[in-house]
Parts: sequence; C-alpha cells; structure tokens
Amino acid sequence: MRNLVAFPILLLGVLFQSAVLSQLRLVAGFADFILVWLAAWSLQEQVDSAPQWAAIGALFTGFVTHVPAIAVAAGYFSVVILAKLLSRRVWQAPILAMLAVTLLGTILVQAETYLVLRLTGTPLPLLGSLTAVTIPSLILNLLLAIPVFAWARDLAAWTYPEFAQA
Amino acid sequence: MNFHLSRSLQVTVVFLIMAGILALALGGFFGALSQRVIAGLVSIQSWFSTRYVAVEDLLSAPRDIVSLRTRNAELEAEVSQLQAQVIELQQRVNETDILAALVDFSRANPESTYRAAAVIGRDPSPFLHYVIINRGSNDGIRRGMPVVTNQGLVGRIDAVISDASRVQLVTDPGSAVNVHLQNADADAVLLGSVTGDVSLDMISQEARIEAGDLILTSGLGGGYPPDLIIGQVVTTRRLEFELFQQATVQPAVDFSRLEIVLVITNFRPIEISPLQVESVQ
Repeated sequence: MRNLVAFPILLLGVLFQSAVLSQLRLVAGFADFILVWLAAWSLQEQVDSAPQWAAIGALFTGFVTHVPAIAVAAGYFSVVILAKLLSRRVWQAPILAMLAVTLLGTILVQAETYLVLRLTGTPLPLLGSLTAVTIPSLILNLLLAIPVFAWARDLAAWTYPEFAQA
Repeated sequence: MNFHLSRSLQVTVVFLIMAGILALALGGFFGALSQRVIAGLVSIQSWFSTRYVAVEDLLSAPRDIVSLRTRNAELEAEVSQLQAQVIELQQRVNETDILAALVDFSRANPESTYRAAAVIGRDPSPFLHYVIINRGSNDGIRRGMPVVTNQGLVGRIDAVISDASRVQLVTDPGSAVNVHLQNADADAVLLGSVTGDVSLDMISQEARIEAGDLILTSGLGGGYPPDLIIGQVVTTRRLEFELFQQATVQPAVDFSRLEIVLVITNFRPIEISPLQVESVQ
C-alpha cells in the first residue's frame, strides 16, 4: 500500500524532468531526475520495492520519450541492480554509494540508450555523444545526487516508520 | 530723607547700568559674549531634548515596532503581489507578441490551415530533440503534420495522443529534411545532430553555394510542404575527392526558446516507402 506513493512522486518527477530539467542543458546534456531518484531510493536500506519503482518510472518516462520503452526500463532496472549491489559493499558510506551509483548508473543508462538508438537507426556519433551528452549529463546528475538522496532518505523514513523506530 | 535719597540714587544707578548694558549690547560690544552664552544654552537644550526624545522613544517603542512590523509585512506582501503581477503581465505581453506574429504568418500564408499549440515539455532523453505540445488527435492533429513558427520550420508530428503530441525537431539527430537552396538552385538534405546543430549534406559539387544562402523545404519525398523557411548557410565545405559538398546552417527558428508553434493541419505526408521497396526489388 505504501508503494502507491511511487505513482504521484514518479509522475511529478517525469513532469519536472520534461518541463524543467530538459531545458537546463550543459552543452547538450541534462540531468535525469528519475535515474537519480531511483538510485537514491534503491540505496535506502529499508526499501524493498525499488524494482517496482523502476517499472513505474520506466512506464511514465517511456510514455513521454521517443526512446523505446524497453530501453528505458532496462536502464532503470540496471540502476536498481547496481544500487543494491553497491549498497552491500559500501553500506557504511551511503553518500559515497550514492555518488558511485549515480556515476555508474548514468554511464550504463546512456550506453544502453545510445546502443538502442543506434540499432533503431538514429545516427549518433560515439565521440560527439560522449563529449556533448554523456559527460555533461554525468556532471549534472552528480550535482543532483546529494539533495535527491536526502529527499529519498526522508521519504523512506516516512513510508517505513517502523524501520526508523527500530 | 537720606533713605529716600539713597533709594532714588540706587534706582538711578541701576537704571544707568541697565541702559549702559543695553546701549553696549545694541552697539554690538557684547556680540562675542552673547554668542557664547547662546551657544551654551542651545547645547544644554539640545542635550535635554535628545534625552527626552530617546526616553519617549524607549517608552513608546514596543507599540511602534508592532505597528511598523505589521505595516512592513503588509507592504512586503503588496510588493510581492505587484511583482507577480508584473511578471504575469510581461508573460502575457510576450505571448501576445508571439501570437500576433503567428497570426501575421498565417495570414501571409493562407494556403495552409493552422492549429496553434503551446510547447509544454521536451523529451527526457538528452540524445534526442523532441518537444511535447498541448494539442492532440482531439484537435485534428495527425502524425506527420509539419510544425512551424512565424520564423520557419520547426519539425513534424511524431506521435499523437488525445490531448498532446510529440514533435520531432529538425535538429534531432534522426531528422532528415529535403531542402532547396534558393540562390544556388540546388537540392540538399538537412540533417540534425546530437548537439542540436543542423547541417546540409548531399549538395552537388557543381552547386555554387555561399554563406547567407536561403534554405527552404523542397517538398521532395512528400514529408514536408515546399517553400518553408529553414535558415541560412553559414559555412561551406567542398573537397574535390568527395561526392558532395557540406554546409553548416543557422536555423531561422530559435529552438531553445520555443513557446508557441503552429501545426499545419491540411498537409498529409505522402508515404513513398512502397515505391522505394519496389524500386529496390
């Protein structure tokens, strides 16, 4: 029941992404709020529903973007898996884990998107995409990572009060 | 008798002294002295007055501070409200300017029918250049319809739902538009890129193109109507060993500031892929 909060949050996240963040470009890249949010949410120790959140995020994002929905979903699930793997290894430094997941997750998602777009016939130059899109997006995602992690921690404490009390 | 005499003498002496002092004062002999005395008195009065005002302020301050704070809050709220109104009015003026320009454009091009739409979002993927508009199939929008502004071609409808549509911009890396270079009388293909820059390719080596040449849609391929303005040639690249020339383009439309666009609703793209398949076979 508490996972129902994923719908309004991710819906607002996609709207915020499409209406605001997509216009705040650094070179040709911009931050991916849904990716960063999923990374932050997956790193919360008490959260056990991150894959469902990834599916909902992919559903909403896939509705807006021209990128095939399967590629979006694959990217977001990769971020969740990456976060779960890393959180077990660097659980004592959650901020470090957040930055690491954001860094690797951005590269992973962008690589998957690039490959799918190339396979579907969009002529994207590798070096140009890397320098104009991936690296600037990575910088912006890392800047967004810290505040989003704090929001995700607050939301996790609110939606899992029994864990906070324990 | 002596008593009366001495009393009269005293009065006379006092009178003479007073008259003398008065005469000396009127004559200006006491100027420096009187200034010092007056200055001293003024200083003392100022000292008392300052202390009195300070004590009065101290006693009445709490009441004044409360009323001043209330008034300050009221004024701040009023300023905020007025600033919001100014911003809203500026936005309305901008929208009115854009709409007026679009109306002028539609009047100047009466052969097409238009549907105005507001840009409400952009594609969440940074690799792509698509925008979302607030008109969909309920407004008669169909896939493939060209999208323009008063400045020139924006792109075409890529996907439609009931109340919104997604527009592929000509700057998208997957976009290819057949164009005509007006001055050189040559055809070319306009290509988008991941950075949002647009360029021309497939220009014949024989074509004489120069910076500033106007680029229009050619209508070839049936994807766009002919003679829509796209931009101007900025630089050209011609190498002897290559089959075609290339050129960089300055688009007429500022794609970073797209707010309101027009969808050409009476244009249907022509599907020529069956012809292409037959020709290949």
